[in-house]
Amino acid sequence: MKHLTRKATRHVNQNEGLIFEKSSPGKAAWKLPPLDVPEVDTAALLGASERKDLGNLPEVSEIEIIRHFTRMSTWNYAIDLGMYPLGSCTMKYNPRVNEAVARVEGIANGHPYQPEKISQGALHIIKTLSEQLIEITGMEAITLQPAAGAHGEMTGLLMVRAYHQSKGNARKKILIPDSAHGTNPATAAMVNYAVENLKSDSRGMVDIAALAAQMNEDVAALMLTNPNTLGVFEQDIHKIADILHAKGGLLYMDGANMNALVGKVRPGDFGVDVMHLNLHKTFSTPHGGGGPGSGPVAIKKALEPFLPTPVVLTKSDGTLAFEYNRPQSVGRVRAFYGNFGMFVRALAYIQANGPDGLRQTTEDAVLNANYIRKGLEGTYDLPYSTPTMHEVVFSDKLQAKKGVRTMDIAKRLIDYGFHPYTTAFPLIVPGALMIEPTESESKEEMDLFIEAMKSIAEEVEEDPQMVLDAPHSTRVSRLDETAAARKPVLRWKPTV
Amino acid sequence: MRYLPKSPADREAMLKAIGLRSVDDLFAPIPAEYRLTRDLKIPRQMAESEIVDFFRQRSRENGDGYTSFLGAGAYSHYRPVIIDSLISRGEFLTAYTPYQAEISQGTLQSIFEFQTMICELTGMEVANASMYDGSTAAAEGVMMAVRLTGRRSVLVARSLHPEYREVLATYATHQGMPLSIAGFSDDGRVNLKELEKSITPETACVLVQSPNFFGAIEDVAAIAEIAHKHGAMLVVSIAEAVSLGIVEPPRQADVIAMEAQSFGVPLGFGGPYCGVIATREKYVRQMPGRLVGQTTDKQGKRGFVLTLATREQHIRREKATSNICTNQALVALMVNIFMTVYGKVGLKELAKQNLAKAAYAGGQFAKHGKVLFAGTPRFNEFVVQTSEDPYAINSRLLGHKMVGGLPLKKFYPELGNAALWCCTELTTRSAIDTAVGLVAESERSVRSAKEEAEEVVR
Repeated sequence: MKHLTRKATRHVNQNEGLIFEKSSPGKAAWKLPPLDVPEVDTAALLGASERKDLGNLPEVSEIEIIRHFTRMSTWNYAIDLGMYPLGSCTMKYNPRVNEAVARVEGIANGHPYQPEKISQGALHIIKTLSEQLIEITGMEAITLQPAAGAHGEMTGLLMVRAYHQSKGNARKKILIPDSAHGTNPATAAMVNYAVENLKSDSRGMVDIAALAAQMNEDVAALMLTNPNTLGVFEQDIHKIADILHAKGGLLYMDGANMNALVGKVRPGDFGVDVMHLNLHKTFSTPHGGGGPGSGPVAIKKALEPFLPTPVVLTKSDGTLAFEYNRPQSVGRVRAFYGNFGMFVRALAYIQANGPDGLRQTTEDAVLNANYIRKGLEGTYDLPYSTPTMHEVVFSDKLQAKKGVRTMDIAKRLIDYGFHPYTTAFPLIVPGALMIEPTESESKEEMDLFIEAMKSIAEEVEEDPQMVLDAPHSTRVSRLDETAAARKPVLRWKPTV
Repeated sequence: MRYLPKSPADREAMLKAIGLRSVDDLFAPIPAEYRLTRDLKIPRQMAESEIVDFFRQRSRENGDGYTSFLGAGAYSHYRPVIIDSLISRGEFLTAYTPYQAEISQGTLQSIFEFQTMICELTGMEVANASMYDGSTAAAEGVMMAVRLTGRRSVLVARSLHPEYREVLATYATHQGMPLSIAGFSDDGRVNLKELEKSITPETACVLVQSPNFFGAIEDVAAIAEIAHKHGAMLVVSIAEAVSLGIVEPPRQADVIAMEAQSFGVPLGFGGPYCGVIATREKYVRQMPGRLVGQTTDKQGKRGFVLTLATREQHIRREKATSNICTNQALVALMVNIFMTVYGKVGLKELAKQNLAKAAYAGGQFAKHGKVLFAGTPRFNEFVVQTSEDPYAINSRLLGHKMVGGLPLKKFYPELGNAALWCCTELTTRSAIDTAVGLVAESERSVRSAKEEAEEVVR
């Protein structure tokens, strides 16, 4: 390795097979208390439904399980180890007090059907978080039921459809900018709306003239991410809202990039009618290797009758209750009330921040992205010179001349001790390097990142093959994804 | 703010490097008329100790210290301590979706093991990396069958969890998927005659739950035969995963849509839980959600990657099998650790204890009230019919710090004063005896009031 990295160093990590390969009969990690009721004759109770064999489930001891998962954990990168600059994913610090309060007995073990009389604590949490998210977004009502961002999008579009339906015409299509996240068109399809692409202009923003030309009474809504996936704030947002509203359409905002706005500007104030939030992005609940998320949907008053059931209300005696009798509701999108454990964490995050903390958080997130932009400008091609907010998108145009593409640079970044940035996205930038540092990075960590990126750019000039072969320091080198998809092996099987 | 790692001097230096004078310049792209010039109206910053106090207070208002007989899709089982020790490791907790395989092998290998164990338990050939929960997994399972058969209508058992039915209705509304319902017979299971009558050449699939909402184990083989005879698929929902330790899995199903909450996931007032879809290999390309596959690296070393992504929204956009992106990875890890701890022998023993507790409780209740569908094989839930309104009985139980069975009037008015009771390995005999005693008392007082009234008439 020609350029030594200051951030990372190699160290020994342990090999570990699949758990099934450690199993042998007679080992156990469990112990049940003695049964305090009579034993039962399973065959007599279950008849033909009795299960005789549990197949290849493992038999291992507790220490083996601890080592198994601990060893595997050391093969992961994580926010706790360092900067995770995945654009549009908002990989910020996950405060540990959130985890602690989510595990307090009555909160962790409350049953969703326990009587409301003894559910006031949970209802209080739902209501408080709802009110605070309404204040943060400048919207007028909210549902916390959706389990993730994409689920929130579906819920939002169901409400959009119900709203138009109530006016006599459900309309036919959703406009989606070409810079949008893949879930947007996939969601529109699930709600049976046709998708119509909307082109971006030279600034990377919605092309106002194109929007005006495409907008008509068939359009139910525009799904807009703001700031968009280039990290650019849609400056003509009021014009966009006006064009939609003039023809009876609604403005849906994908709140994936809300981390650029909290405490500084409120979507409800700039014409948004429906939006979802990702508690696992903006509000610090952990990504956990891919979930759980939580995707609340905030709306304006006109859409309130269509909220999923149930909603929380205050009764005349001051206690809180679930209300189910809502004839215009779009129905339920999930059993029970949503990912409650994530509500607890998000509320704890807001409490720890307060109004000043949330504002400072947003300012730092935007400051960090612009610091990186400044640091790497010139080294990497910046396809759009429009000012950016919380993330910055470069392209691999300069490095592609040497045959090195964004994914190669990303893989090389791993050797420098960083998680790659987002590569395949947004679609309007070929070879995109989408970088979102979030507020959680210190100046020192970002200086190391900038240094690493500059060093890689030099390596591309001097020894492109070395970059193409990266990563060099990981347990496994680049994996054969084509083979994995062509002949899928999706489970372990015993060797005969 | 204690989560922010910058000093005022750092911020100053960074602004200078960017060439800006103040942080406000960074927000210049936002039109001035929309910028918020006041504080958000939320409470001031709280210290960690205050936050902990706040949630402890909420906990006290939330059923802390009550013994519960509730199940109905959310089950109270013991959670081995090592689950939280392991999932609290930052490398699992604070990692992203494992798209970058070289630095995500921990998450990927653990999902591969999860998929394997779900296959072993359900008798299916492939399982995905997780779905939001059991209700949305059932809806997605149905949509899979609609794509695979090219048919549109869906026949749903009334003995499926009522909230799962509601979720399916929401998903189906705009997809032109007509739903019809097959009722249950006197044994609390799907009425096969009605099923046979309701199935049409347009039926894409039959959706049932087993053990069903009443705890009864459905005759999946007979249901499968009817469905398959008519060219429809069978989707089976499993809400109580621990049942798989002692109850034969619905191997005749084409798709299994599961809720794995029972495997080490806290009740958490309804979520986050862990849905899963399992199916046959030939249907895998219509399966929604993430999948982990085994492959090799350049040196031929075994490794794992997310695979078959061409089904998913980030590649296929509006033509994807589903819009699902984020799933329940960390919860699936809890489930994985739970299955590993109990394993081949423990899970069976655990399930047996559940069976024994419910059998004892059902027997005791039957002495004083009426246990519905009593002769049907069941796992850990049963329906008790009382003379008195179960809400009234339950409010008396609350006085003993006990939460009685779920009153069914809201979902099944035809069952009258009925409630769904659940016992798991955590339910003690003394709790059962106390609850049975209070129900018996209610029955006695209704009876004596009735006798008194008859006396007066005479």
